[in-house]
Amino acid sequence: MAIYSTNEFKAGLKVMLDNDPCAIIENEFVKPGKGQAFNRVKIRNLKTGRVIERTFKSGESLEGADVVDVEMQYLYNDGEFRHFMVQDTFEQYQADQKIVGDASLWLKDQDFCTVTLWNDAPLAVTPANFVELAIVETDPGVRGDTSGGGGKPAKLETGAVVRVPLFVQQGEVIKADTRTGEYISRVKE
Amino acid sequence: MEKAWRPSCNLELLRLRARVLQDIRLFFAERAVLEVETPLLCHGIGTDPQLDFFTAAYCLPPLRQTLFLQTSPEFAMKRLLAAGSGSIYQICKAFRNGESGRFHNPEFTILEWYRVGFTLPQLMDEIAELIAVLFAGRRLNPTQRISYQAVFQHHTGLDPLIFSYQDYCAYAFDNQAPEAVALCGHDHALWLDFIFSHKVQPYLGADALSMVYGYPACQSSLARLNEQDPKITDRVELFINGVELGNGFYELTDAIEQDSRFNDEINIRQQRLLPASSKDKHLIAALAAGLPDCSGIAIGLDRLLMLLSGCASINDVLAFPVDRA
Repeated sequence: MAIYSTNEFKAGLKVMLDNDPCAIIENEFVKPGKGQAFNRVKIRNLKTGRVIERTFKSGESLEGADVVDVEMQYLYNDGEFRHFMVQDTFEQYQADQKIVGDASLWLKDQDFCTVTLWNDAPLAVTPANFVELAIVETDPGVRGDTSGGGGKPAKLETGAVVRVPLFVQQGEVIKADTRTGEYISRVKE
Repeated sequence: MEKAWRPSCNLELLRLRARVLQDIRLFFAERAVLEVETPLLCHGIGTDPQLDFFTAAYCLPPLRQTLFLQTSPEFAMKRLLAAGSGSIYQICKAFRNGESGRFHNPEFTILEWYRVGFTLPQLMDEIAELIAVLFAGRRLNPTQRISYQAVFQHHTGLDPLIFSYQDYCAYAFDNQAPEAVALCGHDHALWLDFIFSHKVQPYLGADALSMVYGYPACQSSLARLNEQDPKITDRVELFINGVELGNGFYELTDAIEQDSRFNDEINIRQQRLLPASSKDKHLIAALAAGLPDCSGIAIGLDRLLMLLSGCASINDVLAFPVDRA
């Protein structure tokens, strides 16, 4: 794998740090006029999702991490593993709940999502930014209320709970933003 | 689409820069400080192991020499002082290789001035006056003057003048910076650079000029050691909103001491396998001939413009930063 110097630490670069694959978020060059140059780097550990700050002497280097994002179709859950497939190659991957994490709340069979592979094994799963899912459980709203103010919780078919306006009913399909967990709109069938 | 031929700064910044240059020239004209020019391309260069320089090939066949782009106009200005110029100032470009970031461009503008007969506290008075003129109408909080030891102790609880490896390591572990231990090892100056730039500097000068003086002797650079306390040096650094803006000294005038500091730095450069630099013999000769007692300071004008305009990056105040140059 390639070696990257602090000068090449751009946002999005994947590197190995403490034996874990990480993504650079931010890299700031810090140099006292008469002193040692440092790079203060904000890094996300791709295994744990945790963001840490780490300082390097300028010119130090890290090994690159073989991490790629691949769009895959979510196939099914066998109880232990969730299975994904690359459309073009039909190559299949499986990932357990620890890896899938909260993405499972948004994953519906046949939907597309992004699977992050590290050394060709799933590391994380990210649902599409916007998903369309049916509401399986919510309180009956007040008829005629179209203001959208207030809202109520609604459970979606995949398990996620989002706040929806009072006029949205059980059984309807809604569009939601998986990054914020927010309701966007109703989807006309 | 952004077009790379265009300046990266807003055109308003060009006008602000022009106004600041005018204000500075007026400020020194009123004080009878002489504006000078010195070469950017020189035979000698600073030996500071922390500064990386650019070289250029000077070809005048059959002559072929390596010249250096100056990292600061300091040496040449001191030669003028030794020749009897009296107090002088200069606004010029300086070049530092490998420095690029939100606060760094490898080519930048320096305002440097020397006051003959001034002690460091007198120079600090004048610095505060200049900053007040340049920030007129922007209402800065009162200027803070604090010693390095006091400000370091205040923010970290550590004594910067006495190196306690154990205390420094414990501090690093308790303050989310465990990497400092491996990075700094037993190098006191490196620990100070690390802790000061991460844990002290960001808090200096909240909408105010903060002047930190009395740097530890291991960070003396070209400053004199303090007469009363040789553990500290007569060096001052300026900060506004956590940005390092300038660095000043009660200047070292002792040719022998200067020569030995150059030799130390050249040795360090050799140990670290850095590009070789030869000491500036003209400067040593000028000091031997007699540099008058003086204090001097260099201020980064581009960073000053960032602070005046509220810009977050040096690229926002430069017409053509290195990527577009």
